[in-house]
Amino acid sequence: MPDTVGLSCQELVELVTEYLEGTLSAGERARFDAHLATCPHCSIYLEQMRRTIAALGHLPAAAVPPAALEALQEHFRRWKEAE
Amino acid sequence: MAKPRAESPAGLPADEASLVAALRRRDERAFLALVTRYNPALLRLAQVYCGSRAVAEEVVQETWLGVLQGIDRFEQRSSFRTWLYRILVNRAKTHGVREGRQVPFSAPEGDAAERAVPAERFRPATDPVAPGHWAVPPRAWGGSPAGQLETKETLAVIMKAIAALPPGQRDVITLRDVEGLSGAEVCNILGLSDTNQRVLLHRARSRVRAALEHYLEPE
Repeated sequence: MPDTVGLSCQELVELVTEYLEGTLSAGERARFDAHLATCPHCSIYLEQMRRTIAALGHLPAAAVPPAALEALQEHFRRWKEAE
Repeated sequence: MAKPRAESPAGLPADEASLVAALRRRDERAFLALVTRYNPALLRLAQVYCGSRAVAEEVVQETWLGVLQGIDRFEQRSSFRTWLYRILVNRAKTHGVREGRQVPFSAPEGDAAERAVPAERFRPATDPVAPGHWAVPPRAWGGSPAGQLETKETLAVIMKAIAALPPGQRDVITLRDVEGLSGAEVCNILGLSDTNQRVLLHRARSRVRAALEHYLEPE
């Protein structure tokens, strides 16, 4: 069932970030939603973008290296005494 | 660099404000609490800029020294976090300049026509039936929406994809999606317009998605 409310799939994928950011105009947003309702491929694409973003938020972060922490404590004490 | 934009005091977590106040009173525990909270994120961001872990650690140390030197003058017109990241970005730039490395901070770069998905995956504009519709559609990744992508291997793919991004895209996606800052904070830290920030974020997310797709359904 092609042609989904004047928005092609190729156009839709370029609007995904604006859609998720909530910066589309009301009209654009309605067309986006209407397209999604009839296009399983674009629904999958949007879901993939959502999962990509969720996974980006789960990257591991390293704990503070003990040597760095000690050095910072030393800096702090010197800073405090320099008053 | 743009002036710090006013942010609602309500946006400041209560205990962060009290940590900042305690730091001003020279409370060492408050300093260490802030270091523990933010150092991992600072280090991750510094590595994005500096490449080497050693230089990144140095930049992070300098950032904390900058905090101590500046805390009495910090006016809380922006959140502590925004202020902290701005110090880091400035130090990283200084390092980049000193080492003769270009640290291109952020105008949208590269091809103005960069696509989220290669044009070959869509039917051509001249297609009589469905112009611009998927020719090679994405396939569902399977697994639960929350889990599955957070395996060690997948996260490694994501980190590699981020490292391969053009610098401006890398800055923005790191701050937005990895560190979880708001769009307004990122604009403030990197001195970007809303529109540029969104364009860079869009391209970066699209590239990372493509890398994941490539990994999850190789062909």
